[in-house]
Amino acid sequence: MTTLTKSEAAPMVQVRGLHKSFGPLEVLRGVDLDVPAGSVTVVLGPSGSGKSTLLRSINHLEKLDRGYVAIDGELIGYRRSGDRLYELKEREVLRQRTGIGFVFQNFNLFPHLTVLENVVEAPIAALGRPRAEAKAAALVLLERVGLADKATAYPRQLSGGQQQRVAIARALALEPKVLLFDEPTSALDPELVGEVLDVIKDLALTGTTMIVVTHEIGFAREVADTVVFMDGGVVVEQGPPAEVLDRPQHDRTRAFLAKVL
Amino acid sequence: MTVSIETPPASRRTAGLDPEELAGLRTVPARHPWRWAAGLAALVVLVQFAHGLATNPGWDWPTFQRYFTADTILQAIGRTLELTAYGTVLGFALGAVVAAMRLSRSVILQTIAWAYVWVFRSIPLIVQLVFWFNLSYLYKRFGFGIPFGPTFGEFETLGVLGALGAAVIGLGLHQAAFAAEIIRGGIIAVEGGQREAAAALGIPRLRQAWRIVLPQAMRGILPSAANEVISLLKGTSVVYVMAIGELFYQAQVIYGRTGRVVPLLMVATVWYVVLTTVLSIGQYYVERYFARGASRTPPPTPLQRLRAFVRSLPTRTPTTRTTGGRP
Repeated sequence: MTTLTKSEAAPMVQVRGLHKSFGPLEVLRGVDLDVPAGSVTVVLGPSGSGKSTLLRSINHLEKLDRGYVAIDGELIGYRRSGDRLYELKEREVLRQRTGIGFVFQNFNLFPHLTVLENVVEAPIAALGRPRAEAKAAALVLLERVGLADKATAYPRQLSGGQQQRVAIARALALEPKVLLFDEPTSALDPELVGEVLDVIKDLALTGTTMIVVTHEIGFAREVADTVVFMDGGVVVEQGPPAEVLDRPQHDRTRAFLAKVL
Repeated sequence: MTVSIETPPASRRTAGLDPEELAGLRTVPARHPWRWAAGLAALVVLVQFAHGLATNPGWDWPTFQRYFTADTILQAIGRTLELTAYGTVLGFALGAVVAAMRLSRSVILQTIAWAYVWVFRSIPLIVQLVFWFNLSYLYKRFGFGIPFGPTFGEFETLGVLGALGAAVIGLGLHQAAFAAEIIRGGIIAVEGGQREAAAALGIPRLRQAWRIVLPQAMRGILPSAANEVISLLKGTSVVYVMAIGELFYQAQVIYGRTGRVVPLLMVATVWYVVLTTVLSIGQYYVERYFARGASRTPPPTPLQRLRAFVRSLPTRTPTTRTTGGRP
């Protein structure tokens, strides 16, 4: 009973006091964020506000200066000893990342591997799954993103929207606890945005925990459980989309929404 | 602005013409008579040269023919290929290690790798070869053991390192410096997002390098690497200074005996051309393999291209006759 109440209370992703600088530039200045399991959090904000850096910090693509990230109660990228957080060995970080799916703005599919090889690579190499099992699972995922017929194609033979859907299938193949999307539609032609957002919406309905950095306000309104508005390396305000998007409390949020809506 | 739009130069030229008639006219590509003239002039020079090859008795083709497939020459080619193979394998294996050191996150390894490349790119190959050949003068014995501690085994330097060994080490070490830079260049040309994606997927470090980065780096590495192998093949002729019986040395031995310098130089030359041709063809197909996924449709092989051309011939001729006619 106690464990149940605990898991209900503890968020899937917990970020506390996150600080990150690139040289003299302080990109994150104390970010706190809680993402409950099964919820969709959309992060909005002007460029340079630290959205992408926050997302990249969550799966330790960026080292932290101060603060911590925990997923499902496990510190990411660090272990505590006394009053210090020590960075983990790369091998440990790689193991942790198998629980965190990441979808890049530029897809970053492996161009020399076919679609199917792209999707099975991590389950085989990182989780040690047998090839046949990984293949069968990959085909199910490709079916789910509507690309089963493209399994033997190479990424460059696909449209941008199709490539991004493959990238989503590739991230899902690890059965991650959390999916992170870094502006998944920003590199796409306008008419291809919809097909990628549809796939993400579909994932939201099945209860996947997701954090999506995007500029698609309509998508945020429709899909997000929580909208987080960031500016200047801090979370300015957050709440349900109806509140943040329609009745923003802060001038900076209002100014941003006025520009993008 | 609006003034210039009212009278654009084009409208002045088309003024008075029927636009419909103009739209129906056929276009004729520009002619380039000087291109043809330059090509023709080059051909004349080429024919003149070929004529000289055939008629000038100085080339002494009968002697060329006698020695071209002589046993001593064929054996020498074997030695040349052997040196090339050892030099390539040793050079690229060591080069890969040096490149990995140079790209590692350890400043010490980076510096050592940089210094290696600096030293071995600086020393002329021939100087290095002579140096290795005379190594026994510097170190009479070679031992394995704990650094500055006890030794487990020892060898006579001269016994282990004959002329051939010295040549292979010299060629290999020399080649490694260049190979390291070529491999490093190929690796850093792979887009950073690729490694990041592999890391985000939790793929182990070695697998990232082997499966994700290197196959893509190969596209950049191969053309330069092939250059290096070919220049190594020809570079083996430098080891004649150590009296190793490779192709060029053997040709020299024969013309030293017979006095027929030109035909024997031609024997060596033609063989070098033949070997380079074989390597170039191999390069084409290896590059094609690593180019998979690089473009939407893989380029046809020369053979496929030739076949397509032959197939298109019958349809080609009649169309040119019907449309190309100008009174």
